[in-house]
Amino acid sequence: MPSLPDMTTPNLTALAGQALADSGHVQVPAPDAGQDALVEWLQRMGDNGLILGHRLSEWCGHGPALEEDIAIANQALDLIGQCRLWLGLAAEVEGRGRDADAFAYLRDAGAFRNLLLVELPNGDFGVTLMRQFLFDAFHVELLRALKASSDSRIADIAAKAEKEVAYHLERSADLVIRLGDGTDESHRRMQDALNRLWSYTGEMFLDDAVDQAMADSGIAPLPSSLKDAWDRTVAAVLDEATLARPADGWHHKGGKKGIHTEHLGYILAEMQFLQRAYPGARW
Amino acid sequence: MYAQMVTSEGSKARKDMTPDETAFQDRIDRNEKIEPKEWMPDGYRKTLIRQIGQHAHSEIVGQLPEGNWITRAPTLERKAILLAKVQDEAGHGLYLYCAAETLGVSRDELLEALHSGKMKYSSIFNYPTLTWADMGAVGWLVDGAAIMNQVPLQRTSYGPYARAMVRICKEESFHQRQGYDIMMRMCAGTPEQKAMAQDALNRFWYPALMMFGPSDKDSVHSAQSMAWKIKMNTNDELRQKFVDQTVPQAEYLGLTVPDPDLAWNEDKGGHDFSEPDWSEFFAVIAGNGPCNAERLGARVKAWEDGAWFRDGLMAHAAKAGERARAARHAAE
Repeated sequence: MPSLPDMTTPNLTALAGQALADSGHVQVPAPDAGQDALVEWLQRMGDNGLILGHRLSEWCGHGPALEEDIAIANQALDLIGQCRLWLGLAAEVEGRGRDADAFAYLRDAGAFRNLLLVELPNGDFGVTLMRQFLFDAFHVELLRALKASSDSRIADIAAKAEKEVAYHLERSADLVIRLGDGTDESHRRMQDALNRLWSYTGEMFLDDAVDQAMADSGIAPLPSSLKDAWDRTVAAVLDEATLARPADGWHHKGGKKGIHTEHLGYILAEMQFLQRAYPGARW
Repeated sequence: MYAQMVTSEGSKARKDMTPDETAFQDRIDRNEKIEPKEWMPDGYRKTLIRQIGQHAHSEIVGQLPEGNWITRAPTLERKAILLAKVQDEAGHGLYLYCAAETLGVSRDELLEALHSGKMKYSSIFNYPTLTWADMGAVGWLVDGAAIMNQVPLQRTSYGPYARAMVRICKEESFHQRQGYDIMMRMCAGTPEQKAMAQDALNRFWYPALMMFGPSDKDSVHSAQSMAWKIKMNTNDELRQKFVDQTVPQAEYLGLTVPDPDLAWNEDKGGHDFSEPDWSEFFAVIAGNGPCNAERLGARVKAWEDGAWFRDGLMAHAAKAGERARAARHAAE
């Protein structure tokens, strides 16, 4: 068994306790992956859906056309649905009696594991669409790879989510192309959006110890392995959209480890208000 | 009711009708559906455009009061349900604008009339949603009142409107149930939650009663619309039905309807109840409700901020069409 960095080593005492409690149907942890690392990784998956879904839901009733309003609410619903599956699995693997809602509503910002990209404010509809496209192009590759996960629960969620996200990408890519190659103003806005968001794309492909542990046990691909496919999608779409790919340079990072932008705190202040103001109430 | 005080055109006695008008009225009386390409009196067309347009506007403005709580929904499940519900309202708006388009008016024209204040939307959406319990009260009472009106409209004389209403009614009944489910949960919850639920009922009861429009004796346009089967019941009939249906539901929740004069009347087989304050209704219709400026402002802002987006898509479509023509030309 390859050794893991200290912070992702499974808590053996807890595992032994769990095994004792479950005696008769002992749950064997996925080979070579610490449960803590798995819980950490599942939160990354769930939090991306939760926070991006939240951002998209802010558009509901305010979209630039009725069809867009409906489409964007649909995507928000898909992402929130996926988040419930990922965080539900995180809760199950963790085995400490939490559920998906406890993860969503009772963690503070430092415990969130989403990418910085998805928490950025919506901006105009161009920023929202560009953020969506950049994320969708990554998300779909990730889910495709996860369909072959050694953990069947993860493969099952990925198979369901991949169908939804393939459509998200189809739609966001199509709109990026149309608006990039639309009027002068729509072109300018899409280029501005791309320039503004570019430095948040690098974080998607950074590997860390958690990712390595997931890769070693065949649970998930290394994020860096998705970069080529993402580059190809982005290059093709930007080319057709007549948009210029910004130069690679500094990339913001931190979300995967809980160091976020200032924006996340406000998202949570809003999202968690009722759970925080009325602790223990059932809704 | 999502269409209130729709001005009806051209009330005529049978003896004054032209042969076309008589034949049209005969079709209506035989419960035949009128379809878009068929002859119809100008007044019928105009009245329907007003009514369907107002209904469509109510759906999209109606997204806003509930949209106000999507980002604050207390659980992931409630958030998904509320988002799906508000998305449904946008979908209803879409069906209804399409139904109106079959009468020869474009969606853009209707939106322009909404934004300039020429066309109205239901008064109910000018009330604020102040607590999570309001999501329950809106679903239970507002969607409940809407269903009361819309179920009979499935039999309305204009085909596209009737068919849109069939779909809408299916979804509305889910909306009402989700609202009532929120109320049940709140009423079985902590004292604070129950107080929130009572407060929501207190604030939404009379505005919900106003949704059916003024009393029949003050409702001048009902007769013609009913003859055309654009309107299937009088305002007072529907309001009575709503009260009779809702009072036992409130009792089941352990909530008190905020009307000291509410009482069962054995003789009429229905409840006696207090009329809403109609001066408040007319003030809200005239633009002085608590949220008129915010609601219309939000719609206008969405439209104006989205202009570049719509223009961009149109420009791209024109370019793509041009390129396709050029390619065809080159191939020939």
